[in-house]
Amino acid sequence: MEKWLGAFMLELKNISFRYNRSKWLFKHVNLAIGQGEIVGMYGKSGSGKTTLAKIMANYLSPAEGEILIDGEKMNNEKYYPVQLIWQHPEKAINPNWKLSTIIDEAEGLNEEIFSLLGIQKEWLNRRPHELSGGELQRFCIARAFGPNTRYIVADEITSMFDALTQAQIWHAFIKLVKERNIGVLAISHHIPLLEKISDRLIDFNKLKSCPNITN
Amino acid sequence: MKYHSISFGTRMAISRKGLLLKLLGLLSLFLIFVIGGSFIGEEQIEANMSQKNLGPSIRHLFGTDWLGRDMFFRTLSGLHLSFRVGLFSAAISTLIALILSLLSSYNKYFDAMVTILIDLLLSIPHLVTLILIAFVLGGGVKGVVVGIALTHWPSLTRVLRAELMQMKTAEYVQISKKLGKSRIWMVRNHFLPQILPQLLVGFILLFPHAILHESAITFLGFGLSPEQPAIGIILAESMKYLTAGMWWLVLFPGLSLILMVAMFEAMGNNFRKMFNPQ
Ligand SMILES: Nc1ncnc2c1ncn2[C@@H]1O[C@H](COP(=O)(O)OP(=O)(O)OP(=O)(O)O)[C@@H](O)[C@H]1O
Ligand SMILES: [Mg+2]
Repeated sequence: MEKWLGAFMLELKNISFRYNRSKWLFKHVNLAIGQGEIVGMYGKSGSGKTTLAKIMANYLSPAEGEILIDGEKMNNEKYYPVQLIWQHPEKAINPNWKLSTIIDEAEGLNEEIFSLLGIQKEWLNRRPHELSGGELQRFCIARAFGPNTRYIVADEITSMFDALTQAQIWHAFIKLVKERNIGVLAISHHIPLLEKISDRLIDFNKLKSCPNITN
Repeated sequence: MKYHSISFGTRMAISRKGLLLKLLGLLSLFLIFVIGGSFIGEEQIEANMSQKNLGPSIRHLFGTDWLGRDMFFRTLSGLHLSFRVGLFSAAISTLIALILSLLSSYNKYFDAMVTILIDLLLSIPHLVTLILIAFVLGGGVKGVVVGIALTHWPSLTRVLRAELMQMKTAEYVQISKKLGKSRIWMVRNHFLPQILPQLLVGFILLFPHAILHESAITFLGFGLSPEQPAIGIILAESMKYLTAGMWWLVLFPGLSLILMVAMFEAMGNNFRKMFNPQ
């Protein structure tokens, strides 16, 4: 009954959050991202964008409110359909592993993903400390495109690339996303970039309705 | 920048090679102990009344005792037995530490239980617990092995627990979970490889402890039975003859024991250095 036809979107309903007993970071945030839609989000540093991203991808649970994925609440044991790509690839990859293991861990990645993101065959046999941050980030991006991914939250994922590479990565990213009809929340401080890649732009500070309430 | 990283790399490689050589040396030394010990048959340590109470000589390197038994071979087989006891008890202890630390990382309740258990065991002098357990189990190899195994896991568990706790919050582990990986998969692929060095070092450092304790409680009479040629037994028996001036009965077995213990200490420390070279 919960599932209502046509609700193919990632919905945040009345989400509030604070880190243990400190003041509310945000209250009653509402946001919906449609399938295949790319939403760009910017906002002041420290305003809680990464926190919201972690809530959306089920790394943190909200103090209030609920998240519906295509009309359903998800349990968290299985592959989570909302995948987060983190800001710092060095921390997001097991330092002891070969990069090929990262690919294996993600399971079922399409060959096309690697060529589009410019991942070279010889990188697969190396370990994380033998690759640059940008090269590692390509793996982190690729990893998010598992067959069961329906939404992706991209938190500052191209800040380590030069302008040209950044353009290439986003080009590949958008192609992959549109092919698979994946909805995206792209977070960045770089508004011109967001304007280029997004279907819609959001100012996070406006999204937070009562940021200064303390109780 | 580049030059620096290269020179640093080669220096590391050389010191690692040196460590590896040392380790190999130590390894072969103790292999001699083990293999030597297992080849000793009854005939070599048989009583021989015509050769009683001889001091060290070429024929009998460590001398002979009051029954004319060759002390060199007795010491070797004693070390061999100690080695086996040490191996078993250190292995079981390490296994306990591994299981408890994994449990501890599983959830808060297990962690609280494990922490209490650790604190409890660490608050009692472990020689006391050890003797108690060995006594209850009626001594013998079983009593000693179980006693040592049950009393020596706490400090290693602590180290492993801290490492696992830190790892659990690592981003790549959390991501793994969201990729739908099961707990067992994460333990096998993320956790175990990471704590393997600590596990190995912990195991090797437990070894000398186990051997010393085995000898100590055997010496005190709570350990192995007198028929077994353990170093502790040899030392306990020989003490009676020390006043008769037969110093070699105590000196050589004691020194050999210390040597073996020191070897394992050195090996453990070398391993540790190899895994985190600073
Ligand atoms: N684990 C945590 N425990 C307590 N407070 C935290 C924690 N993580 C973040 N914070 C605080 O929450 C606030 C929001 O942090 P967050 O990382 O979400 O900001 P952000 O909008 O992503 O900033 P930036 O644009 O710099 O990435 C910050 O004030 C930060 O200090
Ligand atoms: Mg952030």
